Amino acid sequence: MENNTNNKPWVELGLTDHEYQLIKEILGREPNQVELGMFSVMWSEHCSYKNSRPVLKNFPTEGPQVLQGPGENAGVVDIGDGLGIAFKVESHNHPSAIEPYQGAATGVGGIIRDVFTMGARPIALLNSLRFGSLTSARSRYLFSGVVAGIAGYGNCIGIPTVGGEVYFHPSYEGNPLVNAMCVGLLEHKDLAKGVASGVGNPVMVVGAKTGRDGIHGASFASEELNEASEEKRPAVQVGDPFMEKLLMEACLELIKTGYVVGMQDMGAAGLTSSACEMASRGNSGIEIDVALVPRREEGMTPYEIMLSESQERMLVVPQKGKEEEVKAIFKKWGLDAVVVGKVTDDGILRIREGEKIVAEIPAKGLTDMCPVYEREAKMPALLAEVQNCKLNDLPEPANYQKTFLDLISRPTIASKEWVYEQYDYMVGINTVIRPGADAAVVRIKGTKKGVALTIDCNSRYVYLNPYIGGKIAVSEAARNLVCTGAKPLGVTDCINFGNPEKPEIFWQFKEAVRGMSEACKELNTPVTGGNVSFYNETKGEAVFPTPTVGMVGLIEDIDKVCTLGFKDEGDLIILLGENKDELGGSEFLAMYHGLEAGMPPTIDLEKEKALQDCTLELIKNNLIKSAHDCSEGGLSIALAECCMASGLGAQVTLENDLRPSALLFGETQSRIVISVTTENLKKLKEITNKYAVPMSKLGIVQGKSLVINGKGFSIDLPLKEIEARYKGAIPCLMRD
Amino acid sequence: MKFAVIVFPGSNCDADCYHVVKEVIKKDVDYVWHQEKDFQAEYDCLILPGGFSYGDYLRTGSIARFSPIMNKVIEFAEAGGLVLGICNGFQILTEAGLLPGALVRNKELKFVCKDTFLRVENDQTPFTSDYTKGQVIKIPVAHGEGAYVCDENTLKKLKENNQIVFRYSTSLGEVTASSNFNGSTDNIAGIVNEKGNVLGMMPHPERCAEAVLGNDFGKYIFTSIVKWLEGGAPGGK
Repeated sequence: MENNTNNKPWVELGLTDHEYQLIKEILGREPNQVELGMFSVMWSEHCSYKNSRPVLKNFPTEGPQVLQGPGENAGVVDIGDGLGIAFKVESHNHPSAIEPYQGAATGVGGIIRDVFTMGARPIALLNSLRFGSLTSARSRYLFSGVVAGIAGYGNCIGIPTVGGEVYFHPSYEGNPLVNAMCVGLLEHKDLAKGVASGVGNPVMVVGAKTGRDGIHGASFASEELNEASEEKRPAVQVGDPFMEKLLMEACLELIKTGYVVGMQDMGAAGLTSSACEMASRGNSGIEIDVALVPRREEGMTPYEIMLSESQERMLVVPQKGKEEEVKAIFKKWGLDAVVVGKVTDDGILRIREGEKIVAEIPAKGLTDMCPVYEREAKMPALLAEVQNCKLNDLPEPANYQKTFLDLISRPTIASKEWVYEQYDYMVGINTVIRPGADAAVVRIKGTKKGVALTIDCNSRYVYLNPYIGGKIAVSEAARNLVCTGAKPLGVTDCINFGNPEKPEIFWQFKEAVRGMSEACKELNTPVTGGNVSFYNETKGEAVFPTPTVGMVGLIEDIDKVCTLGFKDEGDLIILLGENKDELGGSEFLAMYHGLEAGMPPTIDLEKEKALQDCTLELIKNNLIKSAHDCSEGGLSIALAECCMASGLGAQVTLENDLRPSALLFGETQSRIVISVTTENLKKLKEITNKYAVPMSKLGIVQGKSLVINGKGFSIDLPLKEIEARYKGAIPCLMRD
Repeated sequence: MKFAVIVFPGSNCDADCYHVVKEVIKKDVDYVWHQEKDFQAEYDCLILPGGFSYGDYLRTGSIARFSPIMNKVIEFAEAGGLVLGICNGFQILTEAGLLPGALVRNKELKFVCKDTFLRVENDQTPFTSDYTKGQVIKIPVAHGEGAYVCDENTLKKLKENNQIVFRYSTSLGEVTASSNFNGSTDNIAGIVNEKGNVLGMMPHPERCAEAVLGNDFGKYIFTSIVKWLEGGAPGGK
């Protein structure tokens, strides 16, 4: 460290002079070393959202379906029958950049704890991953390590990883994104919260013992990556999914007893965050004796115990007098459950080591009193130029068939089978729609219902225009759910951006949230929680702005679930929505012309809503046999995916005057490819007319080839050849 | 008729097996915790479910094999009771010596979750009477250590005694090298013991016992057991 920080220990811990002054005011004195450490982690961006809170409050968060909005360990939406779905997404980007296997594994472990803490049994995992180009050895190392880490944790604990997305782009070369989402099922009566209340109630640490791992992980997550980041490898925690499986079963068993007042995961900032957040939410205080915390190592200081991010631990406040019952449950699972303190009424988080007081801080001082920054926002200087790039005069591809095959082999578009075959996506025997579809669907045993799950974001659109890109991220997630027949219920978001202290980054963030908020309002999908990850930069270069949208939808009748594959020869293939000349931001434009420019596709939220409502009504009335969202790679890729899903070919004629590249590969929004019998065509038209949704006939399901003809182009390829490219692309790159 | 699902710490397909017995074939079933020293009821069939008992630490199945309840499981099997080990359950059965051979890491050294095709090699066991010999069934796998290995002598015996029950095959029933995704000896996916009352298999029949999950080929393992226990199947009492 530089010499000038020697006299200012807070600077080394990531606090500013101004923040240090505030701490002194809150305490009425100088903080000691333990207290300073506690402030530094709680006031990190990762824990405090100090840079993002004023913007995030623009998200719509309310609706009749919301049982628990933002502020708790996870959001919860109602699915009827006295049941709710708890769900949340969280990033583990920086740990995964340094140690991909453990970084990703503990990301999964953390998000699972957030969900079962709510009293929900986890039923599904999803993930959203971003890496640099697979032509780079480091990206391949990170990619395979992250996938193995997710698999290692999720498979062992026995929660199916049912869906997700992976994009490859050079902007993520130094700073990959690893966002993990967990979805759980709970009975309303079991909804638990992270609140410490009831003076005299005991405070218990349960689960794994505390070690020296992960100290200052939250602070590490709140700074840019650089050459020195390697040195922070000790700030990456190590996961033990077997321990978490035991912890999960024990906690769920405990919640069923009704003895729990409050419970919280010890994730980022460990014992410090769980204790002060629980006390703060309960308007109470907590007193803890660190000497009582079960430890893995000798000689740990109070500082280390309070800041350790050892995994698989929870803080539990049970009713007074029920301590022995709690211990008995944990003992059955071979776990520690130890009373380390009690709930008080003075609002103070008081840490003792035996008789000695080592820290004494108002709980709200660590949480609510953290300063909030209204950062300056400024549109990047060069963006207008990028947006105004002329795309109308670009030469057309010489060979559309070749371009189509090249596009379907792009790692971002190609099959992700190499990834999801490493995940157990079936354990729990609820997976009705498996990975590789628009959205995953899991059934809810004991009911006729199912929930559809997806996680989405096209960050190139967000880069080109964060406002439109934000709207598209939400709209596409909802459209994916709708294609399975699910009504979208709510959103969890994971905001992955660069350094918010830079006005250009903050502008991206504000604009993206503005777009997302509008879409959430229009599509009636309130935000129930999420996570902000800033400082995703290496050597001063930020990743593409990536506000990942996780979404949950409800299927009332699982027997009516709709899938993307064509079903029977002779069925008509129909496009809902309109084709437009929009190449801006497309994968084709990046691949063929080497351009990441122009405006992203336009989106009209009212039309999007009409399209989605229309599709839902068609599925509900059993009028269509398949539905698939048109996204990266455009209409030609969407058609190929419908064919490959069932092994049935298609004869398609596109009668349209658009230039072929836009028609085949453009990524115009609000389009869904469906198939229908000729008998149902009339009824289908009645419904599309009712919603004023444009529809056009594309062709019929037939044979074992995909044939697409139009003015000036012709694609005619056996499905086997397409599939070989589609499924072979990633394995081929990974063999290098 | 009563089934038991043995639960080890780290079992994660226990609830799935329980569900299929109770809700799909509609028979009585209990969970039995690994630390029990004795059964609390009379059981007709024991299921050792999939999962990661003891986190797969040391070696798959090697610690679970020492759970107190395993003494009773071995006793039950030796007395001719039906024992079905699926995935990690198969691994535990080999570690416990109830089945020959061992399960080692897949040849690609990766966890693999996907549908596989199996050719039914023996329809004369208590577990397979509702299939026919040579039938191809689609059952998913999900394992990292599922390559079956044994010495030549054991393999010879397995063949002579008709103990190989399932082999990985193509959708047309050809037992090929390319369908042997995990590198098992002789494409072996499941075997019985000499007496035929203990079946170990890597694929998960409980994951495809209901049409809503894609297909119900797996259900017939369970219906075969019921038939045998009711005395109506070939080789049955």
